[in-house]
Amino acid sequence: MAERIPEGIDGAEVGRGTTAQRLREDLLVVNMGPQHPSTHGVLRLLLTLDGESVVDLKPIVGYLHTGIEKNTEYRTWQQGVTFVTRADYLSPFFNELAYCLSVERLLGIEVPPRAEAIRVLVCELNRIASHLVWLATTGLELGAVSMMLYGFRERERLLDIFELFSGLRMNHAYIRIGGLVMDLPEDAEDGIRAYLGELPRRFDEYEALLTGNPIWRERNRGVGILDAATAESIGVTGPMLRSAGVARDVRKDEPYCGYERYDFEVPTRTEADCFARYEIRLAEMRESVRICEQVLDAMPGGPVMIEDPKLRWPARLSVGPDGIGNSEEYVRHIMEDSMEALINHFKLVTQGIRVPAGEVYTPVESPRGELGYYVVSDGGIRPYRVRVRDPSFCNLPALPEMARGRLMADVVAAVASADPVMGGVDR
Amino acid sequence: MTPEDLAARLRRSFDDVLLARGEVTLTVDRERLLDALRTLRDEDDFRCTFLSDLSCTDWPGRDPRVWMAYHLRSPERNLRVRVKAGLPEEDLRVASAVEVFPAAEWQEREVFDLFGVVFDGHPDLRRVLMPDDWEGHPLRKDHPLGGVPTQYKGATVPPPDQRGL
Repeated sequence: MAERIPEGIDGAEVGRGTTAQRLREDLLVVNMGPQHPSTHGVLRLLLTLDGESVVDLKPIVGYLHTGIEKNTEYRTWQQGVTFVTRADYLSPFFNELAYCLSVERLLGIEVPPRAEAIRVLVCELNRIASHLVWLATTGLELGAVSMMLYGFRERERLLDIFELFSGLRMNHAYIRIGGLVMDLPEDAEDGIRAYLGELPRRFDEYEALLTGNPIWRERNRGVGILDAATAESIGVTGPMLRSAGVARDVRKDEPYCGYERYDFEVPTRTEADCFARYEIRLAEMRESVRICEQVLDAMPGGPVMIEDPKLRWPARLSVGPDGIGNSEEYVRHIMEDSMEALINHFKLVTQGIRVPAGEVYTPVESPRGELGYYVVSDGGIRPYRVRVRDPSFCNLPALPEMARGRLMADVVAAVASADPVMGGVDR
Repeated sequence: MTPEDLAARLRRSFDDVLLARGEVTLTVDRERLLDALRTLRDEDDFRCTFLSDLSCTDWPGRDPRVWMAYHLRSPERNLRVRVKAGLPEEDLRVASAVEVFPAAEWQEREVFDLFGVVFDGHPDLRRVLMPDDWEGHPLRKDHPLGGVPTQYKGATVPPPDQRGL
């Protein structure tokens, strides 16, 4: 290292052992985060630097630990949905879906076809929303600030669509045990179709803006490389693994919710760098648009919630001016017409449902990879254990592999390409 | 391979194999855990090369108290297997799976952090979600959800009437 010390003006004084010399030779340990604009939330990176190059990187997490897994053990099964939707806040529908699929498998029930189709629809819309946020924030971090504005603009319209049918922009609790909390409003399909029709043109614009941009290419190509064997052994899934040429996708390998009925590709690249991940996420958004259109074309009719009165959520909900709430008609029904309906409502809402004892592990393909829920029941009215296998958490240990020996500025690109969401990491 | 075939195949090598809800659960003694994981990873019938998830459940008052659960996935054979091993209350230790599956490193840290299970041979067994100096293991069943005094480190809280709010 000594030969790398530049010749000082007063070189004679910079002898071995002086403070100046030691300062130049020492490795510098820098805290990046937890409050740092490019760490996607409260991620802390402990960087050991030799000048500008990264000798070591340690991700430190836990700043957003909210005890979601613990909380679910103290609430009824139905209430669990409102907790898990807050874990990975950029992919709420996926958390709701994996949790509900797990509980439904424990109960041994199947949801109506229309509920299944709408679940696929909202999840794929959610994948687009999540990738848009990824594209926007990554653009911001790598100097393509205009991308940030476009990405959030398109995502905002998606949040409006989510609000239209769930009453909420985020943390929807829309997917419930046994189906959905309510059907799509009548004008929703047209709105979604209009939006989907517009998207491919927007993606073309993003590609025109970024793909050929020399700065964007310089910042991303050959940066953050993670080969397939290392990725797999560390437990990496999702676009990170697919960028290394491994076409693994839970939707294809172990189809759920009828994904086997839809025609879509699993985009892969072999470069295993940040640029490949960018291309994959753009391609995945295009595939999601295809899936959504197929779902809308073949949308079955019928109910969106199972019929079993001992399991189904009793309330009839509607979106009012101040959000989601009990429909007036339903309130009149239980308060004025039927004592039995009131008793049933009271029992299901306050006591909850019983789920047969057992355990299941249900994976789904979230925007970040394999999101798995390991749900254990002891036969009671509350979950005994809800374990979330969050892809952000499992992808994070790959950061040191991607950053070691590279420049400090490449850490920003590498972290961005991993797309960690701290709500999911820390739960 | 269907879960039924997998269960039948596993029964040739292991005693305790359960097929429920389409999922295969293999239960082993904790001493044989790593052997079982290696068998599942290396043997040609299984090729479970991917550790999806590693976690546990806490059953206070029962023996064993903690059940470790390893969810393995074989992309080649399109299989999933759950491997379980029980740990007695007085000795919550198990061999670390990091040497078999490097993916276990952070997940074992999380189990250590939230349940207090010690993984022998783990290269870097530190807390991952809770602060380093936290006392207790919050996901244990005997750890309350709320009402825990805030663990101030070196700071004192003045009485409410003296806080100058």
